[in-house]
Amino acid sequence: MALFTHEDRAAFSGGVHPPESKELTAHLPIRRMPFPDEVVIPLSQHIGGPSKPIVGPGDHVERGDKIAEATGFVSVPQHASVTGTVKEILRWPHPTGNLTHAIRIVADPYSAQVARPRTIPEWEDLDQAGLIAAVQQGGVVGLGGAAFPTHVKLSPPEGKVVEHLILNGCECEPYLTTDHRIMVEYPGRVLTGLLIMMRAMKVKSAMIGIENNKPDAIEALKAEYERMRPAFQNEGAHVEIQGLTVRYPQGAEKMLIEALTTKEVPSGGLPIETGVLVQNVGSVASIAEIFETGLPLVERVVTVTGRGIERPSNLLVPIGTKLRDLFAACGGTTFDARQVVMGGPMMGPSQSNLDTPIVKGVTGVVVLPEAELKTQEEYDCIRCGHCLDSCPVYLNPQRLGLLAKNHRYADMQSDYHLQDCMLCGCCTYVCPSNIPLSQLFGASKAALRNQG
Amino acid sequence: MSSPPPQWVVTAPPHVKGPDSTPRIMWTVAATLMPALLAGFWVFGISAVMVVLAAVIGCLVTERLVGKSGTLTDGSAMITGILLGMTLPPGMPMWMAFFGGVFGLAFGKLIFGGLGNNVFNPALLGRAFLQAAFPVAITTWPAPGGSFFTLKGDTFCLPLMTPSLSMNGADHLAGSVDVITAATPLGAMKFDHATTGIMDLFLGRTGGSVGETSAVLILLGGLYLAYRGYLNWRIPVSIFATVALFGIVLASIGYERYPGGPLFLLGAGGLMLGAVYMATDMVTSPVTNKGAWIFGLGVGVLVALIRVWGGLSEGMMYAILLMNMLVPYINKKTQPRVFGTGLKKAEAKA
Repeated sequence: MALFTHEDRAAFSGGVHPPESKELTAHLPIRRMPFPDEVVIPLSQHIGGPSKPIVGPGDHVERGDKIAEATGFVSVPQHASVTGTVKEILRWPHPTGNLTHAIRIVADPYSAQVARPRTIPEWEDLDQAGLIAAVQQGGVVGLGGAAFPTHVKLSPPEGKVVEHLILNGCECEPYLTTDHRIMVEYPGRVLTGLLIMMRAMKVKSAMIGIENNKPDAIEALKAEYERMRPAFQNEGAHVEIQGLTVRYPQGAEKMLIEALTTKEVPSGGLPIETGVLVQNVGSVASIAEIFETGLPLVERVVTVTGRGIERPSNLLVPIGTKLRDLFAACGGTTFDARQVVMGGPMMGPSQSNLDTPIVKGVTGVVVLPEAELKTQEEYDCIRCGHCLDSCPVYLNPQRLGLLAKNHRYADMQSDYHLQDCMLCGCCTYVCPSNIPLSQLFGASKAALRNQG
Repeated sequence: MSSPPPQWVVTAPPHVKGPDSTPRIMWTVAATLMPALLAGFWVFGISAVMVVLAAVIGCLVTERLVGKSGTLTDGSAMITGILLGMTLPPGMPMWMAFFGGVFGLAFGKLIFGGLGNNVFNPALLGRAFLQAAFPVAITTWPAPGGSFFTLKGDTFCLPLMTPSLSMNGADHLAGSVDVITAATPLGAMKFDHATTGIMDLFLGRTGGSVGETSAVLILLGGLYLAYRGYLNWRIPVSIFATVALFGIVLASIGYERYPGGPLFLLGAGGLMLGAVYMATDMVTSPVTNKGAWIFGLGVGVLVALIRVWGGLSEGMMYAILLMNMLVPYINKKTQPRVFGTGLKKAEAKA
């Protein structure tokens, strides 16, 4: 068992362990999907200001060309993911469920889709400011799901010092194998990206946390680290690769920091307050990739999986690819497919429209068949307390749920720390009465935002 | 691409769900009661079967007629019926047990809004009603033994009939009923200062109500439920520890009025059934783990006080009902420490 082959560090308390379902794709190498006939690239694929288009209908764009520029520091530019012609800028379905502005590009059927010569400088020449600028120009955001602009994380607030860099290779959501395959197939990119960051930010200590259900990823990174050790030693840097207990949400930033450093991020505070900066392994690999290929972030690895898809796969997908093109590259959906989830099944929103495009934060797409839908009857709370035991941040979802049903949002915030809820879904997963707790909490947060 | 379904289902995450459900928890609890229940049937015979059946029917009928539609299948009314039946003397008239079930369900649960909304354990509220209404019948304890089909009391007595046994104590008149009553171990201790063998207590060869006979089978059921996460083990452990401590202190100071040691206190009467199956009722016990320790401590202190110094020989029922009242307050005062708050890294839920 993996549990015994790697040092098992005590994880956070709470959490759940749903069936992993990663066996559908964990062994499948990443393959590039055929370029779709058209892509739709939303202007808002990240936390922060939406990008501003710099192309118009009829413009010819090459793969990797900038098509929209960043609006401010907490924002990134967007790039064409195919060579072709801009058709229109329009409102289009977004994975969040809203219509947002997007640039629609029809691919040139005769283009070889090769990239232009490099637009990104060599990383060896860069200091911290140069790295931040290059990463922003590369359009890199957190690829683990939150899509927070990576360059913003590289510039800690005044007076804060990053003592440890932590790479998040947990991939604790069931089904997803995106980070897993990146670590197995591109350990060099992960470690090169880490080295680039450590050098530019002058951080000497790094840890890579990986759930113990990915022993091959741990092995691959350890072997690669042995090869690259001289480069790290040159910088006086040290990297620890650490297996972690398999338990959702081990990959949540706060939980990962607790497991690796035993420190708790203060309630309402940022991870930097514990001297730690966390990056997803996929994001770090894409930092290395933009320097290696000179091409900005125009594609990402997406796990397309679930028992509702004919041929589950790990695909390299151009940003802006529509779900129906993605499914076509995986043999289509099964006859009994009924639900499409973007991201992992614990937190990912389900989709109503197959024209919705893949954006930078989409880690995977899970297609569930009829038999796996949640259709249980809701009962009154029986106060079993399982939600309290499962909450990784020690909230009282039982009480919060009751308050939410009575619309007492202010009390939820002032007395029961609603703001600390990450909407991870553990309480909802364990609730025997099938009360949609995380949905209630999400709605309560939205209600408070609208009031405030 | 194969032909797409007409419509994609949109629901809120999480899209995977744990295996537990309320009916599954309830029916599992009911199933784990079976060994102790069958042991009670085996010890006391047909009368025990009848009294439990009457209590169960009383609960199910009330749930069906008064409760929201469809709640019969959640299993909670079944548990209330079985638990109520197990707290009653095997020879009690069936109609009394039936009304105990009706009262417990209607006023202990449904009047509050049904499963999940009640303050008191409905089975114990039903028993408290019977204790107030029929004080003699509920303290008339037939001795174990005899043929399985021998009636041990006025099982088939009807309302307004003069019950032979319950009204006249041991002077049983009805010819077909052949009953020998016996003091319960707790009664013998309290009023005669006589002890009962510990092995007899734990294996169930004593007088008492249907379900308070076999401590071992109840403990086994409880262990399984704790393993499944369907009961909070902190509650019975806390009760046991508190009561045992009382017993040790009383024994060590040589308190003459109550010579039973800790094992006697733990094994006698309804303590096992109450601590494992009633104090742990999810709805009427604290949701926080810290609260569970306090709740168990309170039940343990109360049951020891009532048994040793109170007017009754048994105390579990009132101990639990009294603590049920405090649960909202305990919950409020034992909120977990939220992640990232408080200075030192302490256990969130001790």
